[in-house]
Amino acid sequence: MLDIQNLRVTYGTGRLQVDAVKDVSFHVGTGEAFGLVGESGSGKSTVLRAICGLAPISGGRVLVDGREVPTPRDKAFYRTVQMVFQDPYASLHPRHTVDRTLSEPLAIHGEKDAETRIAQALREVGLGPSFRFRYPHQLSGGQRQRVAIARALLLRPKVLLLDEPTSALDASVQAEILNLLDELRRNLGLTYILVSHDLAVVAHLCDRLLVMRHGETVEETTAAALRTNQAASDYTRSLINASQGFSRDAARPESALTR
Amino acid sequence: MSSAASLPQPAGLRAWLLSPEPTSRWQARLGRAYLGWRTFTKNPLAVFGLGIVLLLLLVALFANFLAPYSPVTGGDLRTARLLPPSAAHWFGTDDQARDIYSRVIYGSRITLWVVLLVSVIATPIGLLIGTVSGYLGGWVDTVLMRLTDIFLAFPRLVLALAFVAALGPGIENAIIAIAITSWPPYARIARAETLMIRNSDFIAAVKLQGASTPRIIFGHVVPLCVSSLIVRVTLDMAGIILTAAGLGFLGLGAQPPMPEWGAMVATGRNYLIDQWWVAAMPGLAIFVVSLGFNLLGDGLRDVLDPKAAK
Repeated sequence: MLDIQNLRVTYGTGRLQVDAVKDVSFHVGTGEAFGLVGESGSGKSTVLRAICGLAPISGGRVLVDGREVPTPRDKAFYRTVQMVFQDPYASLHPRHTVDRTLSEPLAIHGEKDAETRIAQALREVGLGPSFRFRYPHQLSGGQRQRVAIARALLLRPKVLLLDEPTSALDASVQAEILNLLDELRRNLGLTYILVSHDLAVVAHLCDRLLVMRHGETVEETTAAALRTNQAASDYTRSLINASQGFSRDAARPESALTR
Repeated sequence: MSSAASLPQPAGLRAWLLSPEPTSRWQARLGRAYLGWRTFTKNPLAVFGLGIVLLLLLVALFANFLAPYSPVTGGDLRTARLLPPSAAHWFGTDDQARDIYSRVIYGSRITLWVVLLVSVIATPIGLLIGTVSGYLGGWVDTVLMRLTDIFLAFPRLVLALAFVAALGPGIENAIIAIAITSWPPYARIARAETLMIRNSDFIAAVKLQGASTPRIIFGHVVPLCVSSLIVRVTLDMAGIILTAAGLGFLGLGAQPPMPEWGAMVATGRNYLIDQWWVAAMPGLAIFVVSLGFNLLGDGLRDVLDPKAAK
């Protein structure tokens, strides 16, 4: 479905040159969920932005459905690939109602029966018709992210790029959104690329994943390998340790208990 | 809301407007407007300003009913010249024996006309240039902003004077001159707002839906710039009135016998010591209307631009 070959993204020139992504390649099959993991500044989000044209591709190729994507991207591309942004507080227009936000993609692509499709899109993401004419400031973070997902799904894309879709939400809402995404993928046969710094999130949603650091590939591994702690590289192992977070037993020395 | 019958009773109107779950586009919009109105009415000075502006509108609308005399033809030149304010002539009469009260009332039409036309011409120009230059960036930005700088470099009244001198005196040319000189600040404001908006996620999101550049600018960027621009234009209206009056005073705006306030002050200049009312009454009108627009602008800023209020 999606082929990334030797992708490079470079900002600036000369002394100010920054190589955000260096020579990254991966392949995502149809209906698969693929994870991109790494610390802040590892270039994982830049890969997504380069795929959809928000960041410049300096080298390598991006193929969707076996065809190289045109620059600038055409409408057919946007019908195939859509993106959900990290911060639901920033990704919805503050002066547009949910209805207006959702009718925009339909208007751009000249789609018919906007009424029913907007209602259906809201249903799909678990929001009732009562949300339709609200402004973003009348919604919670989780509800906003649901609207953003509904907007991305309106054009019935085949690939959904998820840029840390849950990192701005609190833990319980995070789980709701992840389950919703999982459900939508199975129902609609979507292909996901999920970017996250949270290994638990990636392991929950994805089968295969790519670990990145400083714009380079560290290793390609599977969620199963993560769970059984079979990572090949030290860096991945340190990420796994970090994701297990604060360990009470490790942090509390025996001496502190007995004293 | 399918029909008027389902409209709630007036008692429930507030609840309907403030409903957290609007059922139609219109309810959502009206609810928003109502919230803005509540913020606005918390400021008594702003309501006072709105009152003055509404009064100006009504006076201009019903000038022919309100004015007791003709604004253009005067009374008997031997007996009715330069009469002090009295029951017959509330604001007195001028050197042509015309009733100043009637002239001030008819003058409101000209003032309103000037303000309206200038804002209708200048605001869209400023908005268009500002948002296009801010959103597109690059050489378009450079060219448009240098053009704006050139216009900004001239003092407003001097540039207006030059335009009127070139086009010939008259109220229409004065309006064009003021409009041409008042758009650059609006372009600057719109550009600054656009620069903040253009990199936000919601613009990236609509870009990823395949929206064209004009669609993004007019559908998504402009609505966010409009509110701060409306505030600025309202605050500028006092300045526009004063510039128009200034041009009229210099004889480059409205031509006699039009009852333009600035021109009326100019004729009163000769009798300033002995017949003060000839210049003072139109001057007072200019003062009150300018004040009204300023207060209104301040109140609007509180509503539309909450960040700048405090």
